[in-house]
Amino acid sequence: MNVLEYIKENILYLDGGMGTLLQASGLASGELPERWNITHSDVIVDIHRSYFDAGSNVVNTNTFGANSLKFDEEELDVIFSAAFENAKKARDTSFGTQKKWIALDIGPTGRMLAPYGDLDFLDAVEIFAKSVRLGVKYGADLIFIETMNDSYETKAALLAAKENSELPVFVSNAYGADGKLMTGATPAAMVAMLEGMGTDAIGVNCSLGPKALEGVVAEYLKYSSIPVILKPNAGLPVSVDGKTVYNVSPEEFANDVAALVGDGALIVGGCCGTTPEYIASTVKALANISPKKIEKKNITLVSSYTHAVEFGDVPILIGERINPTGKKRFKEALRENDMDYILGEGIAEEERGVHLLDVNVGLPEIDEKKMLTGAVSALQAIIDLPLQIDTSNPEAMEAALRVYNGKAMINSVNGKKESMDAVFPLAKKYGGLVVALTLDERGIPERAEDRVEIAEKILKEAAKYGIDKKDIIFDPLAMSISADKNAARETLRAVKIIREKLGCHTSLGVSNVSFGLPRRDIINGAYFTMAMECGLSAAIMNPYSDEMMKAYYAYLALSGNDENCSKYIEFATNLSESVSAPVSSEKQTAGEQFASQLERAIVKGLSAEAAKITAEMLGNTPALEIVDKHIIPALDVVGVGFEKKTVYLPSLLMSAEAAKAAFEVIKENMSASEATAKKCRVVIATVKGDIHDIGKNIVKLILENYGFSVSDLGKDVSPEIIVCEAKRLSAPLVVLSALMTTTVPAMEETVKLLHKELPTTKVMVGGAVLTQEYADKIGADKYAKDAMEAVRYAEEISK
Amino acid sequence: MVEVKEFAAPQINKKEIHRYAGERVPSAELSQIIDECLPEILDKLTYKVSFCKTSVRINKNEVDLGFLRVESSALAKNLSGCDAAIIFAATVGLAPDRLVARNLVSSPTRALVFDAIGAERIESLSDAFCEDIRAKIGNEKKLRPRFSAGYGDLDIEVQRDIFRLLDCPKNIGLTLTESLLMTPSKSVTAIIGIF
Repeated sequence: MNVLEYIKENILYLDGGMGTLLQASGLASGELPERWNITHSDVIVDIHRSYFDAGSNVVNTNTFGANSLKFDEEELDVIFSAAFENAKKARDTSFGTQKKWIALDIGPTGRMLAPYGDLDFLDAVEIFAKSVRLGVKYGADLIFIETMNDSYETKAALLAAKENSELPVFVSNAYGADGKLMTGATPAAMVAMLEGMGTDAIGVNCSLGPKALEGVVAEYLKYSSIPVILKPNAGLPVSVDGKTVYNVSPEEFANDVAALVGDGALIVGGCCGTTPEYIASTVKALANISPKKIEKKNITLVSSYTHAVEFGDVPILIGERINPTGKKRFKEALRENDMDYILGEGIAEEERGVHLLDVNVGLPEIDEKKMLTGAVSALQAIIDLPLQIDTSNPEAMEAALRVYNGKAMINSVNGKKESMDAVFPLAKKYGGLVVALTLDERGIPERAEDRVEIAEKILKEAAKYGIDKKDIIFDPLAMSISADKNAARETLRAVKIIREKLGCHTSLGVSNVSFGLPRRDIINGAYFTMAMECGLSAAIMNPYSDEMMKAYYAYLALSGNDENCSKYIEFATNLSESVSAPVSSEKQTAGEQFASQLERAIVKGLSAEAAKITAEMLGNTPALEIVDKHIIPALDVVGVGFEKKTVYLPSLLMSAEAAKAAFEVIKENMSASEATAKKCRVVIATVKGDIHDIGKNIVKLILENYGFSVSDLGKDVSPEIIVCEAKRLSAPLVVLSALMTTTVPAMEETVKLLHKELPTTKVMVGGAVLTQEYADKIGADKYAKDAMEAVRYAEEISK
Repeated sequence: MVEVKEFAAPQINKKEIHRYAGERVPSAELSQIIDECLPEILDKLTYKVSFCKTSVRINKNEVDLGFLRVESSALAKNLSGCDAAIIFAATVGLAPDRLVARNLVSSPTRALVFDAIGAERIESLSDAFCEDIRAKIGNEKKLRPRFSAGYGDLDIEVQRDIFRLLDCPKNIGLTLTESLLMTPSKSVTAIIGIF
């Protein structure tokens, strides 16, 4: 019988701790336990057998850390072969009469994934894939991914399992006392992602005792429609006479686990500190308890690496600003691969209060697949919100869904067969909440009933893939009332019918309704209110539109979805402030010597003021004059102060930011030819192996302020890529940063390659660990101790 | 045995934040930015330590800590007269890294401040941990200053041994890159001699 068939009717018992028993058998601290499959196979067989004897249905192979990062290919194969042989021998010689299965055990790699660590997500998938293939080769009955404390690594392991086997996959995460994973994910976020990707059972193990995991288990049971796993520690470790003892006894453990089985957990075992005695006690305590039936939950969730967003009575706001349509500056950023600009848009939207970000970076002339995966990776590294991946290119969509850390919204599918054939397989594989447009081969029907009919057709087709209706959200398409006076009404009727009759959620791109009309905001805000009253679950919208935000917060308060009207009051208070209190513009005070208000704003580090003054000046002053006569002199005042040590780094940065704000205003108003009139090109990067880049970014900002065109390659950059970019731009100067002594060799390698391939290019180095002596030793042309020294050298080169 | 302990947030030393940001004399402008940044980061920080007591044997420049035998005259000097040592790894989590990365896009000054707050927090955590140990060992024993891999002639490769001993990834979510950088970056490992 398949294990999945078995858990439909029975509680499934797992094994208990392995590490604890190995240490008791003499495994030294720091020794790799996986090697014991070969060197101490009798010990491993005994441990497995004692669990089967105690009543475990499933034992996990002793392969927790068996991956290609720790072992070479040949040894890995031998370890897996021995591990499965040991488990099989235990199964065949156990006196237990219960059903027995052997699970391929997969634990974390012990490395952090990029961008905060140096393990690439796709490389992690391949590392896990190797282990999965070996597990399949040696006869695993199921795959058990466990003790994962990072959502992204969990996803990598799960993808590897799904792509390299047909076996059932169980996934179990390790939660801290705060009820979150080490990298921040909540249980709801994990349920959303793992269930979406088609995991067969999900749950928790390790970290804490069963009682302390109650809260986490309750969250799993609340959201999950698949079996929930509970594999806790025997409480917490305490030191008694120099020995490690766990503070929960087998009986107490069994009772606590039984209580959670009563709540709905179906798959139980133990982790650190538990022994066969704990499993035997648990089996005994549950002897007369029948498993609770799983209720199918109709809860619509999307998730980011930290949290889940639930679609319900309170409408969800989806920011629409990451989209090049009609935006000159955004298009330019895409063409120049200016990721910071895109990230800046995302941060601003999050600060405006949206719950999700739509991400559309398609332009005919760029590689959308590369751009979209890059944008998704960069956004999720610094923004907590879930993303809506918005593209009509299935290849780009798949690549983006693959690297997405969570359960995304997918924008979009429609009733055309071709569209459903392309999108549904991706939604099935990667999980996601699919936005479904109610149009098909015939176009967009006029009547609401006909749009609902398309919605029903879409649901039917999704069901063929096993995609539940909770994972489809319909967009019945807001159409312009300037073309058809009934357009708005029909769409609202469709919203209502879909919500009430189909029990599905809806989303609208509200602003389309006002196309062709003046003062569109007025119509948009009113329509948004009407739509929410009809049961609209989400809106793709511009969070900078005051009318839309007013409608939203007023609706929340009026519909009883805002306790004490607190959200409304906060919103209204901030709104009046931003209207009545313009940027502070205190005038020059006595004793201050500034040539102009702009110079003063920059020296004082007042970004908003600098931008405002620049905008005013552009009316009657040529852009280049503003730069040469006001911005650069201001920067020099601060720069010289910094060099004389009368100005500290924070003040230098504040001024640099203010100057940048002024430049942004100028850039928006400059013609392309003016904008490119710059000093020389500079390539900047943090060297291979180094992943911290605050210093490098400071130097970049100051160089840009002084008019250099800086190509920033980021961090952890290989010598070849740096050389390639310097060649491409014919850059006379390359700037390299390194933080650690361990990465200076990579810097040396880069310097050598640059000098060999580009003999006339100068290389300037800097960073926490660098000194003049180091710089000389590795053959750099220049060592700069700080950003200002870097600017001075760059200016010399530029002459 | 390896123990894991989570600490309450140590008292904030604002002057140190100014210093880490590069100000020897605290300015009112930066003080205001620090005050704006603190509420954004404080509830995202965790204060976790994994630690273990080891024996110490010294033979000339060779130091034997049970889990590790290493040549280092600086460490031998630091631990001379000690019969035991505490090995620890501490981290305040990934929040400073994320906030620095995020603010490098929108405001490098705030990025610098978040970096400085992270530096102050991990130092304060390390101090709190040492206080904790000091209280445990009683009045007769004393602690040597913290000594980390990479100090003096102590090979930074020792990090790998410390990480293995303390099971840092699993216990406190702290990992090592191939180039021996710690991530989360606001983390400390060190050896503290007891004499």
